[in-house]
Amino acid sequence: MHPIISTVLKRLGLGLLTLFFVSIIIFSSVEMLPGDFGESVLGQAATEETVAAFRKELGLDKPAYQRYFDWIGAVAKGDLGTSFSGRAASGVDRSRRVVDLVVPRLKNTLFLAVMAAVIAVPLSLILGITAALFRNSFYDRSVNAFTLISISLPDFFVAYLLILFFASLKVLEPFGIVFPSLANISADMPLGERLFKSALPALTLTLVIVAHMMRMTRAAIINLLASPYIEMARLKGISKFKVIVHHALPNAWAPIVNVIAFNLAYLVVGVVIVEVVFVYPGIGQLMVDAVSTRDIPVVQACALIFAATYILLNLLADVVSIASNPRLLHPR
Amino acid sequence: MSTASDKGYSAADEVGSVLEQRTRWQRVKLALKSAPISAWFGMVIVFAYIVVALFAPFIAPYAEDQIFAVPFGPWDSDHLVGTDQIGRDIFTRLIYGARNTMGIAFATTLLAFVIGGGFGLAAAISGGWIDQILSRFVDVLMAIPSLIFALMLLAVFGSSIFNIICIIAVLDSTRVFRLTRAVSMNVVVMDYLEAAKLRGEKLNWIMIHEILPNILPPMVAEFGLRFCFVFLTIASLSFLGVGIQPPTADWGSMVRENASLIQFAQYDIKAGITPLLPAGAIALLVVAVNFIVDWFLHTTSGLKDEH
Amino acid sequence: MNTNNSNNKEVLLQIKDLHIDGFSDNKWHDIIKGVDLTLHKGEVLGLIGESGAGKSTLGLAAMGFARPGCRLKSGSIVFDGQELMGMKERNKRELWGTRIAYVAQSAAAAFNPAFRLMDQTIESGVRSNTMSEADAKKDARDLFEALQLPDPQNIGDRYPHQVSGGQLQRVMTAMAMSSRPDLIIFDEPTTALDVTTQVNVLAAIRKVVRQFNTAAIYITHDLAVVAQMADVIKVLRYGETMEEADTRKMLSHPEHPYTKSLWAVRSIEKTPEPKTENVLEIKNVTAAYGRGENVLHDVSINLPRGRTVAIVGESGSGKSTAARVVTGLLPPSQGSVLFNGEALPAKLSGRSVDQLRRIQMIYQSADTAMNPRHKVRDIIGRPLAFYHDVSGAELDKRVEELLNMIELDASYMDRFPGELSGGQKQRICIARAIAADPEVVICDEVTSALDQIVQEGILKLLLKLQKELNISYLFITHDIATVKAISDEIVVMYQGKVVEQGVKADIFSPPYPEYTELLLASVPEMDPDWLDKVLDADKIPLDAS
Repeated sequence: MHPIISTVLKRLGLGLLTLFFVSIIIFSSVEMLPGDFGESVLGQAATEETVAAFRKELGLDKPAYQRYFDWIGAVAKGDLGTSFSGRAASGVDRSRRVVDLVVPRLKNTLFLAVMAAVIAVPLSLILGITAALFRNSFYDRSVNAFTLISISLPDFFVAYLLILFFASLKVLEPFGIVFPSLANISADMPLGERLFKSALPALTLTLVIVAHMMRMTRAAIINLLASPYIEMARLKGISKFKVIVHHALPNAWAPIVNVIAFNLAYLVVGVVIVEVVFVYPGIGQLMVDAVSTRDIPVVQACALIFAATYILLNLLADVVSIASNPRLLHPR
Repeated sequence: MSTASDKGYSAADEVGSVLEQRTRWQRVKLALKSAPISAWFGMVIVFAYIVVALFAPFIAPYAEDQIFAVPFGPWDSDHLVGTDQIGRDIFTRLIYGARNTMGIAFATTLLAFVIGGGFGLAAAISGGWIDQILSRFVDVLMAIPSLIFALMLLAVFGSSIFNIICIIAVLDSTRVFRLTRAVSMNVVVMDYLEAAKLRGEKLNWIMIHEILPNILPPMVAEFGLRFCFVFLTIASLSFLGVGIQPPTADWGSMVRENASLIQFAQYDIKAGITPLLPAGAIALLVVAVNFIVDWFLHTTSGLKDEH
Repeated sequence: MNTNNSNNKEVLLQIKDLHIDGFSDNKWHDIIKGVDLTLHKGEVLGLIGESGAGKSTLGLAAMGFARPGCRLKSGSIVFDGQELMGMKERNKRELWGTRIAYVAQSAAAAFNPAFRLMDQTIESGVRSNTMSEADAKKDARDLFEALQLPDPQNIGDRYPHQVSGGQLQRVMTAMAMSSRPDLIIFDEPTTALDVTTQVNVLAAIRKVVRQFNTAAIYITHDLAVVAQMADVIKVLRYGETMEEADTRKMLSHPEHPYTKSLWAVRSIEKTPEPKTENVLEIKNVTAAYGRGENVLHDVSINLPRGRTVAIVGESGSGKSTAARVVTGLLPPSQGSVLFNGEALPAKLSGRSVDQLRRIQMIYQSADTAMNPRHKVRDIIGRPLAFYHDVSGAELDKRVEELLNMIELDASYMDRFPGELSGGQKQRICIARAIAADPEVVICDEVTSALDQIVQEGILKLLLKLQKELNISYLFITHDIATVKAISDEIVVMYQGKVVEQGVKADIFSPPYPEYTELLLASVPEMDPDWLDKVLDADKIPLDAS
């Protein structure tokens, strides 16, 4: 087998293994629930029978490993279980399937994340690469100072600053633009309106990750430009532009893709805060609500989705760096 | 260049471009003298925050949970920056917030370093399967974004201050583990460590005398950065309503509680920026710590060049 | 080649009163302090100096180039009538690669890992618009052949990581040659190579340089190497010219004392002393790292008391592994180590403190062998406290005595290693080993990281201590001059096996086993005709790499 295929397969296997362990951790979180949990979900007035029925539904009468395989088997088939909310002491069950809660919100979150990534990735790559090329120039210093500060700002601070200026003080009103402070989008909204309402959350996310991504891109490029073969290329009299495009870029893919993947994974976290600030109906807000009400099946589902995304992104980055490694592409 | 060649060789003459000898205190003074303005700014801010946190009860005009008649009261002489949604003095709560938020973040970071640092050092020194198991375990823990992981664990265990400290410390210790392991590895491969082993030194002597002094500077810098990260995470959790719970004053929850005031910015700019005050307080501290760490890394790596 | 009369030739490069600054510790320091240099067409100038002499900086400056963190401060650099000082980089680029080319020290790092060797070789030639791509490729293959590279027709299709270091260095020479420049800067092109590989690269480089009558600046720290390559030698120290002369004159009549000191190590030679009883015996040892292949095969070495046994070999010969077996860091899979006739426990953890005390070790790099956060007092004092239970004022007194033994005084006690020079650091390491009061000291390439004159001092100190304390040295090195200087007996190792063991006089006289002959023949000598003699004698297989 070509070493590149075997290395990629090995990496995929490692990714699956990680996902497996992560699912175990997420599953076992339920195991750590205090014993009286049934009562706190169903309320003080719950009868012993309803509590017992609830425990049975959770499968607490079965051994843990069996419940794990039941759960993960169901997840694999797309069944994420049933929400705790909507249950009552009387035994009446108005709870909804977790899938129905999660899927529409997941779509909204992806919409927002893609929107932010589409702006942030090219912007930060351009900023990072130019800052590296004009190292120690006034431009580099100011971009650096700006990003150092914006890294230090809490995500919600950035979000409220944007609301303050663009929604509340309406600084863009003379141009006829007043952004809404609430991003209450819905599925049947036309795309234009959706984009407009999601503008401030997307902008917040962009600001938050551009700083990180730009700094890491800059560091990666500077590291690359310090390689002896770049000096050699210069000393061969090759023009600055050609040194960058022809000699540096082919070796830059791996570090750059890693930077992108790392920051898109960071986007996952930023999304939670931003959705809460703008009351954006995404999966992050769903998760926070579920945590407040201790609706464990929903929390588990959200955590699994976030973790899987995170693992997948890192996996993708590693596969790209493997595929662009000349040592593996052209074995001895 | 004439000494060695003209008079024949002598070891004591062989100095070349060697550094002059300086005591530790001289070096600290020298470093402080050449500290850039950003580092001074950072040190002044951090010092001020610490003073406020330590002496909160003496500085604050009212008690932490004292409730006044007017909720969302305006900025006036009684209430410097107004009152919150149930009529507590915001200025007072800002001051107590310094104590609570910083204290909890500091305790968390310390715990994270004890856990992560201890295991990281152990993994680096023992190597072999102990290192493999610890490292793979940490890999798995780090495959879940820490805020998401924290949210999940808080849902299970509930949001008490004790739980927050433990959960965040454990999650953050993974990063401390990785750094400690990496910097210790750099020391472990050194010949002087092998020399100590060949001499027959015991493990704890090697850890304390050979490794610790060499990994201290990067660890101190990392402590600053991790503190910032923990501080932001806890503030975020509180902001989301699942972190530090009322009535404890805390900057993250204060932003959340007063967020609706921002809508009134066009009528009363003071009211509009009130929720930004605690958020700004968080931001300022993080910026300040970052400035100090930046400078510290710069000077210690400079010292390393000399050695 | 050393006979040309430079007065009649056209000047190619003229450097006058050049000053170069380097930036460190927030200050500019001068690295090159007013150097003059004249190079004629077709002439090879050897630039020699020890670490920190500024020879690479000067070599690059001949191209009008300064590394990041350095700046060309003042003076003039005239190449073929054009002033490079203050010239725009755009204009300098027209010279670089076409009229002046550069060959870097580490070929493995200087090739772009993402491209085939051929594409990188012809880049300059095609760019200068003198050749079509097809012609350039054909020309490159001819150059590969001239440089004695294996499979010259196809080696260009390989990627840098697919060929060996010695081959890469020759491909880089082809790359520099591809546009037939007037001047090539060779920056220590063979320093990273083993001696037996070095000969081939030297021969190949010299051949093409002569063939195309290219002028060159050849930078190295090895006088014997430069003697083979250069018409004129310039000795540089701390950014200043010490001496400049024709190669033959420089070798026969060096004027400056510093130049003379470059021979220093070659001037010592220990007179072998009679054999004594063995203090250490390595018996039929076979060893491997982890489950890997065996690195040592049935190795037996005897070390007589109060004598020095030198283990000679190139990288990968297993000489350092043998030391690890003796110290107990690597338990052998077969065989044993005897100390005073008794078997030592194979593992480090099985040995008693007293057994550990009797065998001490000195490392190649004193920088990494001492904890940078410990003071000299603690470094030397620790073995005293640990093995001999000495403390307080008594400890200070003993440390001072040891410092005197290594020719330093008590004022060094409170210094950190960073506050010492390279030779002083190695002396402290020696004192640390002596402090344990050992019977055997393993010296692992202890002089190879040091400048020549410092090496001399260290070797003399080791000889003196051996006489005073009757210590036995197991001396690991790759340098034949060092072997001659210090050893009573010699062990030659190759690919994990002992090729030969015997007293010095026997090893250095025929008949030789095949590898010993190759090794001895490959070591450059202070004779400008050495390379010609070796090539004529046909002792070196030239296609090897």
